[in-house]
Amino acid sequence: MQKVVLAWLTVGLLGFFALPWYAIEDGLWNFEWLIEGSLLDPDYASGALQFFVGDTIWLWPIALFLAAPLTVIKQRTDSARFYNTLIYSGGLGLLYVLIQGFLVGIAGWEYAIADSLFGELSVRQFGLGSGALLVLSALLFQFTNGLAAKGVMKGDIFVVGAIGFVIATVLAFVFFPVLGILSSAFQNDDGELQAALFLGKFFNANIWGLGCLSNGSCGVAINSLMLSIMAATISTLFGLAFALVAARSNLIAKKPIRALSMLPIITPPFVIGLALILLFGRSGAITQFLEFAFGIEPSRWLYGLPGILFAQVLAFTPITFMVLIGVVDGISPSMEEAAQTLRASRWRTFITVTLPLMRPGLAAAFLLAFIESMADFGNPLVLGGNFEVLSTQIFYAIVGAQNDQSKAAVLAIVLLIFTLAAFFIQRKWVGKKSYTTVTGKGDSGIHAELPKRVKYVSFGIVMPWTLFTIVIYTMVMFGGFVKTWGLDHSFTMQHYIEAFSITSGEHGLVWSGAAWNSFLTTLNISAISAPLTAAIGLLVAYLLVRQNFVGKQIFEFGTMLSFAIPGTVIGVSYVLAYNVPPIELTGTGVILVLCFIFRNMPVGVRGGIAAMSQLDKSLDEASLMLGANSFTTIRRVILPLLRPAIFSAITYGFVRAITSLSAVIFLVSADYDMATSYIIGRVENGDYGIAIAYSSVLIVVMLSVILLLQLLVGKRKLHRDNA
Amino acid sequence: MKMKKLLPISVAVATIGLSSSNIFAAEKLNVICSASIDWCQLMVNEFEKETGVNVKMTRKSSGETFAQLRAEKRNPKVDVWWGGTGDPHLQAAEEGITYKYQSPNLNKLQKWASNQAEQSDFRTVGVYAGGLGIAYNHDILKKKGLPAPKGWEDLTNPAYKGEVQMANPNSSGTAYTALATIMQVFGEEKGFEYMKKLHKNINQYTKSGSAPVKSAARGENTIGIVFMHDAVKQAVKGFPITVVAPVEGTGYEVGSMSIVKGARNLDNAKKWYEFALRADTQTKAAQAKAFQVPSNLSATAPKEAPRLEDIKLIDYDFKTFGASDTRKRLLAKWDTDVKPIPR
Repeated sequence: MQKVVLAWLTVGLLGFFALPWYAIEDGLWNFEWLIEGSLLDPDYASGALQFFVGDTIWLWPIALFLAAPLTVIKQRTDSARFYNTLIYSGGLGLLYVLIQGFLVGIAGWEYAIADSLFGELSVRQFGLGSGALLVLSALLFQFTNGLAAKGVMKGDIFVVGAIGFVIATVLAFVFFPVLGILSSAFQNDDGELQAALFLGKFFNANIWGLGCLSNGSCGVAINSLMLSIMAATISTLFGLAFALVAARSNLIAKKPIRALSMLPIITPPFVIGLALILLFGRSGAITQFLEFAFGIEPSRWLYGLPGILFAQVLAFTPITFMVLIGVVDGISPSMEEAAQTLRASRWRTFITVTLPLMRPGLAAAFLLAFIESMADFGNPLVLGGNFEVLSTQIFYAIVGAQNDQSKAAVLAIVLLIFTLAAFFIQRKWVGKKSYTTVTGKGDSGIHAELPKRVKYVSFGIVMPWTLFTIVIYTMVMFGGFVKTWGLDHSFTMQHYIEAFSITSGEHGLVWSGAAWNSFLTTLNISAISAPLTAAIGLLVAYLLVRQNFVGKQIFEFGTMLSFAIPGTVIGVSYVLAYNVPPIELTGTGVILVLCFIFRNMPVGVRGGIAAMSQLDKSLDEASLMLGANSFTTIRRVILPLLRPAIFSAITYGFVRAITSLSAVIFLVSADYDMATSYIIGRVENGDYGIAIAYSSVLIVVMLSVILLLQLLVGKRKLHRDNA
Repeated sequence: MKMKKLLPISVAVATIGLSSSNIFAAEKLNVICSASIDWCQLMVNEFEKETGVNVKMTRKSSGETFAQLRAEKRNPKVDVWWGGTGDPHLQAAEEGITYKYQSPNLNKLQKWASNQAEQSDFRTVGVYAGGLGIAYNHDILKKKGLPAPKGWEDLTNPAYKGEVQMANPNSSGTAYTALATIMQVFGEEKGFEYMKKLHKNINQYTKSGSAPVKSAARGENTIGIVFMHDAVKQAVKGFPITVVAPVEGTGYEVGSMSIVKGARNLDNAKKWYEFALRADTQTKAAQAKAFQVPSNLSATAPKEAPRLEDIKLIDYDFKTFGASDTRKRLLAKWDTDVKPIPR
């Protein structure tokens, strides 16, 4: 314990005395100050030196908070003096740093009231920099160390620290920005609070109208709800079919099917929509063929609910599959064997044993698909027709000709209510039963065979679907090699050359293609955010499944929140929250990384929970009893058993960082332009060729990364037959 | 665990990647560009070549840009906003987000461009213009045996039921220009009667302004109400698109440019401003297949571009129809009186 306290103490003092306190204009990774400036330059000075160069007298007390633990370092760790010193110096120090950060901004006092209280202030503060970051973490962990010393969570320093870390980051990067923007739902144009205004906007026929029951059109909320329930139900069923085929059958083609089912998830937005239009649109290939062969009048049926549903099921089935495969695979055969020994038929075994054991998986898959569908933006944009949903309405409330931020906030609240309701219903349904099947006890290791009807239905879904996916992707790849898609289908490499050409100039190779800049940035940002996303996601899952603490429900809710909020709202809220000190991040790569981590983390959490609730607690207990601490237990026992979940989480984090669009649009800057925002610029311009060529390259890159990851993370071995 | 190996690699990649930019502390300029990406790139390259200033350009639609500039109001990161339809530029001027700057070259511009500057108290200026038109897929019209539309009145012909597309004026500046044009051509009362009749023929109100002609180009739609330069672009690519200027007269947009208030590189922003208004710069737009009409009197438009002098332009009242009060009123009326009517 003392060692840990000392370590954080050193970190904190280092941050305060040696590193720049304020953010450097050119980014966290710029080390120019080491060479050019010195710590005596006000831009680069550390917290301690700011007093001499920048007149910031109020930074000095931070040193006291940081150093306070030194006075008790020799004390017994369970003495009240020891832990109270840690708790108070950490907690109050944290508060102090934040308060000063929010009080004094880029133009002196942030609040008019401070002007009148203390007089005008000439000193200005920029965003917190690397030094401040270390100081804040040191204070936070001294606080949690103190709590652990006091005996919270059985004195487990790692668990308390982890909980503190997750809460702090979620507060800073989810609640802080989101509350900021949602509060505008209650404000009028002048920024005054008005609750009545909100009610008027909230109970509006445009949102809740039920006109579609009687030949009119429904409100956006009703539309979204209908769409999401349908999309989630169908894609969960399809995902289950895929998982059953992949885990429980001896089909030869199942490996390729598994790979193919991944395709839609790694496809940038718009691409599936465009492909569907070229197949089923009014002038689409299949439509034309049907007209030619059967005289069916071409129509615009694709535009609206059917089209969005079609595209969403295509896109979300792989997500549900990824969640379900781990669960289907993880069900220990011993239960099924028991059922069959008791003479249950295969069908009965499946219905009464296998299916109920999959409940957490099914629920997690449904929830994910539901939320994804609610927040989906690309498909309704391309295929929506006159069918309006919340996510697109929110986008156009913010960027459209109306520019109505409070309307966007009201709609975002509606959306949030739906997703949270789904979340709680899911929890109720899964209930408190035990779904543990991986126990460390012996079993035959061979799964019971599927009942015939389940098998045939699954194959009936998987086969045509696979074929269809192949057709769509062949078309997409084809689109990058033709002059003008849908008009002139003569072969050309022109789009690839325009996007990815490399020429040799006088100083070696020149990356002259138009796409290189955004392409490299995208890979960079995704490669950083993916492992972090997975790590935080699984950490949260571990805390939720394995630890009990006060406020766990709220904790879980908080970590799910960011996922339930549409990207547009997140994007704008990030710009609003992080454009001004104390956290000044706009225009950097860091804001993108943070956005991805906290937006995609919930998937890691869900996957981790589903997988972890299958692992019997006795496995951890055995490890703990043998003297390992909780960190070692996680590393040596839980993580290896969670390999599929780790793989899914990293993959998902990586892929989503590359393919997400709605939040990214607001966060890209000239230095950090992302692939999707570049592609949408091309699509808007009608350059489908280059947009598709770029998308194809992204697809290939993501596929190779996924394969590489699969090799690196490896497989867990649960059964003799792990096919 | 293999995770351990991944982390240092990604951190290393990150460090190299994130630190490789920003090595040069040269002259800088941050530009948001709301025109087509090719045109944006062309402008940046020409400017860099000429001045040696290092330009960082982001392309965003004008709606997205306005939302971003508003959000960044207290701590602006952008210096110049070039291109994009004029209304959001005017709104930004109205809200005081943009910087007041009177170019000495205003007298070299078309009247509509300098008007834009005067109306906004010199916080924005016109750089190009484009007329609103009716674009149709002539192959489909022929196949269905439908007549070619010549003006606004023709579009309400019941024969076109389900064949016409326009954008939603709530989301698209193009469609709002169309709505405002109709109000000015027919007067407000008759204008809404017209919108109701037109509504019967509309198959979809798209989100984006140029979508109707893009879908018409690919045969997903037949007739679109769009800016003529967007239609010309599709026709030049070889799609079976014809575009006409409505006989009753039509409205137009003024693509604009503004300097952001609090710009960190104000001097370079002014350099860009003058550069963008110059005749030779505007003439080069043809290289990027931009078919808008340039604002400098001595610049030449590409030969495919619709010539404003051949079009019957209405005297578009930007002051009234650009003001947020009029906008809110018209859109609200359209939302309640036109949109919900069953088709």
